[in-house]
Amino acid sequence: MTDTGTMDTAKTDKASIRAEAARLLAAFEAAGAVPVETDLLQPAGTLLDLYGEDIRARAYVTHDPDRGEMMLRPDFTVPVVQRHMANGADPARYAYMGEVFRTQPAGARRPSEYLQVGYEVFDRADPVGADAEVFALFSRLLAPHGLRAVTGDIGLLLAAIDTLSTTAARKAALRRHIWRPRRFRALIDRFTNRTAQSPARASLIEAAVGQGADSLIAAAGPEIGLRSAAEIAARIDTLIADAAAPPIPAPEAEVLATILSLKAHLPEACEHLRDLCVDMPGLVPAVDRFAARIDALAKAGVGVDTIPFEASYGRSTMEYYDGFVFGFLAPSRPDLPPAATGGRYDALTRILGAGREIPAVGGVIRPEVLARAAQGGRP
Amino acid sequence: MTIRLGVPSKGRLMDKTFAWFADRGIDMRRSGSDREYAAEVAGADVELMLLSAGEIPRELAAGRIHLGVTGSDLVQERIPAWDQAVEIVAPMGFGHADLVIAVPKVWVDVATLDDLDAVAAAFRARHGFRLRIATKYHRLVRDFLRDAGVADYQLVDSQGATEGTVAHGNAEAIADITSTGETLRANHLRILDDGLIHRSEATLFRARGAEWGDAERAALKDLVARIGVA
Repeated sequence: MTDTGTMDTAKTDKASIRAEAARLLAAFEAAGAVPVETDLLQPAGTLLDLYGEDIRARAYVTHDPDRGEMMLRPDFTVPVVQRHMANGADPARYAYMGEVFRTQPAGARRPSEYLQVGYEVFDRADPVGADAEVFALFSRLLAPHGLRAVTGDIGLLLAAIDTLSTTAARKAALRRHIWRPRRFRALIDRFTNRTAQSPARASLIEAAVGQGADSLIAAAGPEIGLRSAAEIAARIDTLIADAAAPPIPAPEAEVLATILSLKAHLPEACEHLRDLCVDMPGLVPAVDRFAARIDALAKAGVGVDTIPFEASYGRSTMEYYDGFVFGFLAPSRPDLPPAATGGRYDALTRILGAGREIPAVGGVIRPEVLARAAQGGRP
Repeated sequence: MTIRLGVPSKGRLMDKTFAWFADRGIDMRRSGSDREYAAEVAGADVELMLLSAGEIPRELAAGRIHLGVTGSDLVQERIPAWDQAVEIVAPMGFGHADLVIAVPKVWVDVATLDDLDAVAAAFRARHGFRLRIATKYHRLVRDFLRDAGVADYQLVDSQGATEGTVAHGNAEAIADITSTGETLRANHLRILDDGLIHRSEATLFRARGAEWGDAERAALKDLVARIGVA
C-alpha cells in the first residue's frame, strides 16, 4: 500500500479546512444548536474512569501542578455532557468546533490533532425522533461529499442480551464486554457450554464445596491488600452458582449470533428482526423502536431503502454508545477514518450526571477527512 | 568510521556482556581506572560506549549508537513500535527474567486473566475505583491486558520494590520482572497461569536509524562474522 493518501495531510490547506469547519458549525447553529466551547485541557481522571487505561495510550497526558494529571481534549462528548448535566436547559441542542488530540501508532503518519465539528441533542420527549433528526442533518450536510453511510444499534444488542434465559450475573458480564467482541464470544462459548469449565475452576469449586470457602482462603496465605477474604468468599459463591446455572439454550445463542451478523438495508433488516421476534419475543420493544426510527428517518427525508444497517457496527470502536450509531465513510478511501461518526449515549449522561440522566444523541464531522477524501488519491 | 556499541556500564550485566564477547574472540576492557566510563575493544573496528542499561534503548532508538546490549524487556517497553526501530542481532543467553502478572496467594478464586477481569469488575463496584496493578512496564502491561480483553483496572507506577505494594495497600496486583519467583513468594504473591507477558533476556540489538555507510556495514559484517551469528 502506497502512502500518498496520508502524506497529503501537510499539503492540505489548514485555512480551508477551518473555513469548512466554520461552515458546518454555522449549519448546526442554523438547525437550532447553541454554540459551546470546552477547555483543551481536561482532567484525566474522568476520562480514565470512563474509557479505561487504554485512553492513556491514545491521548496526550500531561501534568498540572495543582490539578494533577490532565489530558489534551481527546473528544468533545465528555466535556459537553458534563457541562449540560451541570447547568443545561432541557431540552437542549449544542454545536461546537475545535481541535481534538489523539496519539497515533509509531510510523502510522496519521494526524494526531484535527478539527471536529459536532452537534448534540439532549431531549427526553422523542428519542427516536432525535436519532432521526441528527442522522438526517448529517446526511444533508454531507450529501455533496459522496460518502457511504452505515448504521447500527447497540440498544438492539443490549436488548438481545437481556432476553437470554440466563442468570443476571451472566447478562451483566455480556453487557460489560459488548464492546470487546473477542471476549464477548469467549463468554458466549462458556455460557453455552461450548467450552468446558477449566480444570482449575473445577477443582476450586470441588474444594470450596468440600471444605468450605473460608478454610480454603485461610489456608492459602495471609490476607494482603484491599480485597478482603469476604470478597473472595463472595466470588467463590458466585462461581459455584454459575457452575450450577443451566447453559444458555442453543437456539437463543443462534438468534443472538444471527443478530450480531445481520447486514442489510434498513427496511430489510427490520423484516429480519421481526422474524427473529418469533423465537425471541423479548426483542419486540427494541424492534418496535427500530421500526419507529426507520419511520422517523423517512419522515425526516432520509432515503431509508438504501441506508445500510450492520448490527455489529460500532462494537469495537464506539465505547460509550448504547443505542443508534452511525458513520459516514469515503468509499474510495478505505485508508481514511470515518469522516463522521455519532450515536446515542443515554448511559453516559447517567455516569457523568451525578444522579441525573437524560437521553442524548449526537455526532461529529472531521472536515480534514472530507478534504482528503475529496483529493482522491489511491488507497 | 567505526561503529559504536553501547554496553551496560556496571554490574553483572557488564561482566557477562564482556564475557560473552570474549568467548567469541572479542576482547573488551575498561580503559583507565574502574571508575572511568570508557572502554576499548581489541582487534575490532568498534568503539565501546559504557552506558546505563536503561539508557541503551533510547540511544538505539535515536540512532546515536549502532549496536547496543540491553534487556529485551527494556527495548519493548521504551521504544514505540520497537521492531521498526531496532533489529535483534543475537539473543545472548543471560539476564533471563520473565515479566509476569501476580496476585495475592490468598486470591484462591483467581487463576487466569479471565478471573482477573471478573474480579476487577466486582472490585470497582465494591470499592468505587478501578483495581490497581503496580508496575514500571506500562506499555507492555497495557498492550497485554488490552489484547486479553481485561477492563476496569488501572496501572499505578512503581519504580522499585513493586512486590511490596500489595501488602502496603497501594495496589491489588503487580506486573513485574521475576527470575526465580522467590521475591514474589516471599511477598505472598502468585503468578497467574496465563500471566506471562514477556520472556526477557540480554540481547544485542542493531539500530535501524543509525548511520549505516559502507564503512559501518563492513565493520558490522566483520563483527557479526566473528561472533558467529550471521
